[in-house]
Amino acid sequence: MESFHWVRHRCQQLLAADRGRGWYSTANGLPNQNRLDAHGSLHRASKRRTVLARHGPHQKQHEALSKKYLRNAIRTTKYTCLTFIPKNLFQQFHRAANLYFLFLVLLNWVPVVEAFEKEITMIPLLLVLTVIGIKDGLEDYRRYLLDKKVNNNLVRVFCGTQKSYLDRCWKDVQVGDFVRLSCNEIIPADLLLLYSSDPRGVCYIETANLDGETNLKQRQVVSDLPQQGEDFTPESFHSRIECENPNNDLSRFRGYIEHSGGVRVGVHSRNLLLRSCTIRNTETVVGIVVYAGHETKAMMNNSGPRYKRSRLERRLNTDVLWCVVLLIVMCLTAAVGHGLWLKDLGDPVFQVDGETSPTLAGFYVFWTMIIVLQVLIPISLYVSIEIVKLGQVYFINNDLDLYNQEQDSRIQCRALNITEDLGQIQYLFSDKTGTLTENKMVFCRCSIYGVEYPHVENARRLEVYEAEGAERTEASGRSVSLKSSCSRKSLSCRSLSCNRSAVSLHTLTAESLEDGDGLSSHVQAKTGAFCSRMAKDVVPDPELVRKLDCLSSSAMEDSPSSLELSYIADFFLALAICNSVVVSSPGQPRHMVPETRTPLRSLEEIKLMFQRLNFSPFSTMPPSQTRGSPRSFAGRLFGRGKTASFTFPTHNDAGDGPESEPDNNQETSKLEEEKAARGEEPGQEAEQEAESDELLLYEAESPDEAALVHAARAYRCTLRGRSAQSLLVDLPGIGSLVVQLLHVFPFDSNRKRMSVVIRHPLTGQVVVYVKGADSVIMDLLETPAGGGQVEDMYNHIRQQTQRHLDSYARDGLRTLCIARKVLEEEEYEAWMKRQLVAESSIENREELLLESAQKLETDLTLLGSTGILDRLQEEVPETIHALQRAGIKVWVLTGDKQETAVNIANACKLLRPSDTLLTANCGSKEACAALLEELMDEVQHVGETSGADSSPGGGFILVINGRTLDLALQEDLKSAFLYVSCRCRAVICCRATPLQKSQVVRLIRDQLGVMTLAVGDGANDVSMIQVADVGIGISGQEGMQAVMSSDFAISRFQHLRKLLLVHGHWCCSRLTNMVLYFIYKNVMYVNLLFFYQFFCGFSGSVMINSWVLILFNLVFTSVPPLVYGVLDQDTPADTLMELPELYRAERTSKVYAPSMFWITILDSFYQSLVCFFVPYFALAGSDIGDLSFGSPVNASALFIILLQQVMESNTLTWIHVLVLVLSAVSYFGFVLVFGLFCTVCSHPTNPLGVETLQMSHPRFYAICVLTTATALLPR
Amino acid sequence: MMASSYNAKEEDGHHSGSSTHGGPGVVKSKKPDNTAFKQQRLPAWQPILTAGTVLPAFFVIGLIFIPIGIGLFVTSNNIKEFEIDYTGGTPGNPCYDCAKNLSWNSSTPCFCTVEFKLDQPFESNVYMYYGLSNFYQNHRRYVKSRDDSQLNGDLSALKNPSKECEPYRIVDGAPIAPCGAIANSLFNDTLELYHVASNGTRNLIPLAKKGIAWWTDKHVKFRNPGGNSNLTAAFKDTSKPVNWRKPVYELDPSDSENNGFINEDFIVWMRTAALPTFRKLYRIIHKKPNTTPTLPSGNYTLNITYNYPVLTFGGRKRMILSTISWMGGKNPFLGIAYITVGSICFFLGVVLLIIHHKYDTRSNSADIPN
Repeated sequence: MESFHWVRHRCQQLLAADRGRGWYSTANGLPNQNRLDAHGSLHRASKRRTVLARHGPHQKQHEALSKKYLRNAIRTTKYTCLTFIPKNLFQQFHRAANLYFLFLVLLNWVPVVEAFEKEITMIPLLLVLTVIGIKDGLEDYRRYLLDKKVNNNLVRVFCGTQKSYLDRCWKDVQVGDFVRLSCNEIIPADLLLLYSSDPRGVCYIETANLDGETNLKQRQVVSDLPQQGEDFTPESFHSRIECENPNNDLSRFRGYIEHSGGVRVGVHSRNLLLRSCTIRNTETVVGIVVYAGHETKAMMNNSGPRYKRSRLERRLNTDVLWCVVLLIVMCLTAAVGHGLWLKDLGDPVFQVDGETSPTLAGFYVFWTMIIVLQVLIPISLYVSIEIVKLGQVYFINNDLDLYNQEQDSRIQCRALNITEDLGQIQYLFSDKTGTLTENKMVFCRCSIYGVEYPHVENARRLEVYEAEGAERTEASGRSVSLKSSCSRKSLSCRSLSCNRSAVSLHTLTAESLEDGDGLSSHVQAKTGAFCSRMAKDVVPDPELVRKLDCLSSSAMEDSPSSLELSYIADFFLALAICNSVVVSSPGQPRHMVPETRTPLRSLEEIKLMFQRLNFSPFSTMPPSQTRGSPRSFAGRLFGRGKTASFTFPTHNDAGDGPESEPDNNQETSKLEEEKAARGEEPGQEAEQEAESDELLLYEAESPDEAALVHAARAYRCTLRGRSAQSLLVDLPGIGSLVVQLLHVFPFDSNRKRMSVVIRHPLTGQVVVYVKGADSVIMDLLETPAGGGQVEDMYNHIRQQTQRHLDSYARDGLRTLCIARKVLEEEEYEAWMKRQLVAESSIENREELLLESAQKLETDLTLLGSTGILDRLQEEVPETIHALQRAGIKVWVLTGDKQETAVNIANACKLLRPSDTLLTANCGSKEACAALLEELMDEVQHVGETSGADSSPGGGFILVINGRTLDLALQEDLKSAFLYVSCRCRAVICCRATPLQKSQVVRLIRDQLGVMTLAVGDGANDVSMIQVADVGIGISGQEGMQAVMSSDFAISRFQHLRKLLLVHGHWCCSRLTNMVLYFIYKNVMYVNLLFFYQFFCGFSGSVMINSWVLILFNLVFTSVPPLVYGVLDQDTPADTLMELPELYRAERTSKVYAPSMFWITILDSFYQSLVCFFVPYFALAGSDIGDLSFGSPVNASALFIILLQQVMESNTLTWIHVLVLVLSAVSYFGFVLVFGLFCTVCSHPTNPLGVETLQMSHPRFYAICVLTTATALLPR
Repeated sequence: MMASSYNAKEEDGHHSGSSTHGGPGVVKSKKPDNTAFKQQRLPAWQPILTAGTVLPAFFVIGLIFIPIGIGLFVTSNNIKEFEIDYTGGTPGNPCYDCAKNLSWNSSTPCFCTVEFKLDQPFESNVYMYYGLSNFYQNHRRYVKSRDDSQLNGDLSALKNPSKECEPYRIVDGAPIAPCGAIANSLFNDTLELYHVASNGTRNLIPLAKKGIAWWTDKHVKFRNPGGNSNLTAAFKDTSKPVNWRKPVYELDPSDSENNGFINEDFIVWMRTAALPTFRKLYRIIHKKPNTTPTLPSGNYTLNITYNYPVLTFGGRKRMILSTISWMGGKNPFLGIAYITVGSICFFLGVVLLIIHHKYDTRSNSADIPN
């Protein structure tokens, strides 16, 4: 199975050299054109497509239209039975190597230069063509079978005649069909969602098949459908859908539905269900097919795998060019020699035609010699290298040390032809989060209202986990293992699907359909994404709990200020809702949100009161309005007589801040109410919560989101459900509340924040909660113009929070700031207008939306900050140390803060105490230039004094931030930056954007001409991974984008160590040795023929049967180098692991140097000299025939070549021995049998009886032994 | 169904986590097999050249090669060989006149006689060769110029020879048999050997003309068209090669087993020589049944029918008498080479042994060149 995948990959790669894109492009090109033309006549806007219901009233029209649309049947095969041979040949002849063979074949048809029988020169060509042809054919057949399977999948399609949904094959689905799908079914074509069993018209899909992301995505039923809400009846659907023509943009879909009344409703990508996605958590959906078959976005996105050329391959080309030069020199020698020889010749009896002038004859001989010596060009080397790389990849893939037990994932080699580049890496660029660290975010500390909550218990707990991590198997066996094993499986599922999607999208679909129970387990398993056990169990800080408890019972002695309490409550509310987390509970997998429970208390009442109290103290607070009597409120509402205390906060940290705000009272009263609300039915509620809590599972797009939600939940601020318009949140003391969700501005790396706009459930105000990187949030904070006290307090909170943030960063925590903004109704209305404009605009919707979001995210009120711990992965320091010892410069490129980055660098031993830290932070270009100048001086100075840059005291570590990096990457500062960074032992780039990451990698790669490796796990690393010579994706927590774009996908950073040090080293040395051996073999063999020319008047004669001649390289001596290339181990694995210096040695070793090529050539010259002249002198003057002379020469050559292999290889296993013996046996078997039965064949080198006679003669053996011994003696 | 399968999976996950490896049949883990092959831990022999392995190897090679070399050398030296050049390129040579006036077309044969003396008697079978020098029988165009099918008795090829035979394919509309340049340039000197007895009488030494070709050539590769019955009829409508004096079916009219394509002189000629200086077996002088030497020492005369021109391209013609051994003809090279290589090995072995002993403490493998 797996091997088949490689073959498939291989094949596609071979072909990818010829075709820029996948094969769909050709398949689609023509129909696309046609359709466009046809459309032009129907509509003025030719970029539209109209979809009508197939069984509706417009049936006629539908037929006319849909004729031009592709059906859902897909054909990804390249060939049909008929077209296979011509098409395959056509594609194969696009390769230079095959053209060379073809040229030789044609050359051999010219009578004057003909060297062999015509069929002989065709053998190499035919062999290569057949091998690749068979490979292609098998591959194509497999695709055909998969296509068939996919095409014959069943789906329920509405049938007009029977007025019901009937099972149909996928291939029979047409544009305009209504398709009904259930949960966990795979979408057969691109559908416009018309109905969902979900009452809110929402449907969830999982796009793992498409982009590897496992989080659920929401899709919305087309709005304003006439039948909205009730059961959808296809017969009544008379609307007409206009949408854009098929394209490959997954995230874009525009169009409108024109209802029968003429009303147009816009549809966009939120309404589109994409082919090969899976329906999740929704019972039934109905959609109308808009794109089918090859026109679906999934299919149009399906491009072939990547093709990279390894450096060795590039260098190989120069070697091959040298071989060509050598060939031409040899042929020229022969041509000139022949001309001169002819000139001096009189009128011999053996001259066949004496009329040709010596010059012309020489010219002919030149071409003849090219045919005769064709083996010198190691064409089969290319095929061999590919086979060897397949073998190497096989072994890398099967390495137990690169297997991750936890995730059940192996290393995936996605690019198969750069294995040996792993052994040449000089620069390693690493992402931090998820690469060096686990990316298992654990909420660790937080700071609210300027007060820090260190969560000591939490930290202690983490240590326990760390200890447990060592014996993970045990841990997962405990009672908690349900969740952890669940998440583990989800990961395995993901890597599985990724594996498959690497092959082909529709393949994947077929395979997931194949294993029925795998599918159902999939949905269960994936719900656990990002719910690592650690992230879930947050031990609340007692102090914070105490304060939070004040919300419910304010009876405590030193309860904090009400403002602080409101901050705390808002903080947790923000944590719980400001995210894109999807909630699901395994008990009810099909329903996303349980039916909204009506809160048990008189919520209306509370709300009312809150409105009156004016929940938010800072924005437009009219003190006079609520100055009234909060006590009385409380008393009136909750007559339990609990006393609220209004003591000022006495917390040590907040103590020095001004707390005597005028709104304290109001706040307290709010708390009072919450407390009271909780107090009503505390026991019952608690039980319910406890029960349902266990079942809630959060699926977040990023792990820190999940960590925050879990943290909020630990403080009983629980996110219970989510729909498009609302959120269900449990609040401590209040219970479940429905929070009306007005807008969500998802996280993007430019804004570095996300925000939600909600209508506050209690106050009814419109509140914006923003969560984002501290640097961004801090800039957006409001500057209160109000009274001095307020301002002071603000500044105090800000300063405190900033201080906490800095200390978090120093501890290596990821920091986030939470802020809030309360919007006035009018303000909101005004903004809403613009927002609506932005939403409805078609032209530059994205930019407008962004702008609109930015407008909203200003003048924020800082609530607090969080510190999330992201632990280092196991053995990261060891790995980094080993890599550095191996001479690899490790750069860390991260988007994190400088302090965090430096801290992580410290933790992973990238930074040693003895190192000098060079920090580059500057704002302007001039400053940057000056700084670089300064750094250069410093670096140079130290470099001079200590002599070498690898001084034992420690090197320099350059820390540069994103802004400076931007400046340093500019054209005129590049060289200075390079100069400095080259002399640093490591470079840490923080606050780097994805673009900058790739720029840095490109700069180093191009300017220094070194081999670079980039490793990362997230979408922000993709560009870097693609730019680097070797891109490695870590299949971690952040989806699969990095893996999809990588050449190798590993699951842990520590795997790099073995991958590079052992496999890289091996692959590199194996391949270089094999290539050299291959060249040696060819040169050595060809020289024998060349030397013979000196004794046959340079006429291009051969003394070896032409079949044997051709097959010698192709068959008899072709397998041993392959085995050598796959299995040889120059140094045992454990030695390589222990001595990373060997890696550096390998990289700089002479094996790779061009001189090695010439040494090899000289060696082969010597051996061929011996191999030719020993038999020559032994047989000179005797009655030896030409073939009889060739026989011992050839046999000796075989022995020499095979024994040379034995001496070259570092390890000999039984496989080697077997292959060597088989090679020799097959040679002798072939020549003997051939010599016995070939009576008139193989003109003019008929071998009849030659070998039998020779081998019965002791002289033959005497010659062979002597030749072999002499040739190999210098070794 | 969903729930049940979910539970099953959970169970599996549970077990695989807690037990050592998990049920292999139940959960299809992607864990690679821990086999020696897949983990590249196959037992391997590392051919590292250490003093311990190289030194014995050198000595063994030396000890084996030197005796073999001596044996070969002695064998080669025991072979008696006599060679006489009768090209007649220089005045004074008995064949000078013949050589001077020779051409392919001359109808009258030219005779010359060369006298020579054997100093030592030749025991056992004596092989008589003719040798040619500077004759490039291995020239590509020449080698190709033949039709194996025709020579194998194929009737259609007889009438319509292969194009490879051009320009010796058809003459005057009739196909040439045997066609091609090789056959056309058949060596056509006739050599006769006389022993001059002490009393001056010349005794013709019987020369066996059969048994000089390879068995496979004679019986498999070369066949007369239509069997050996009536060769004249079989070769009707064919023409003789242009340089030939007589057609192919008259090569040896006395013996039907040695006539036509299966004439052994012809077969021997058709097996092209590898090198420009070569000899070809001409006749065999069989050992006499009694103990007298096959060719006793004394004076001999060689009667040559001088037909074959070689001076035009600077060639030489020789007559060679030789006995052969199990190693073939006289050639001291192999023996000398074996002795040389063996000695070098032995010498190197000694040198390395000394080095090894001297520097043993430092390292025991680095001093071996490789």
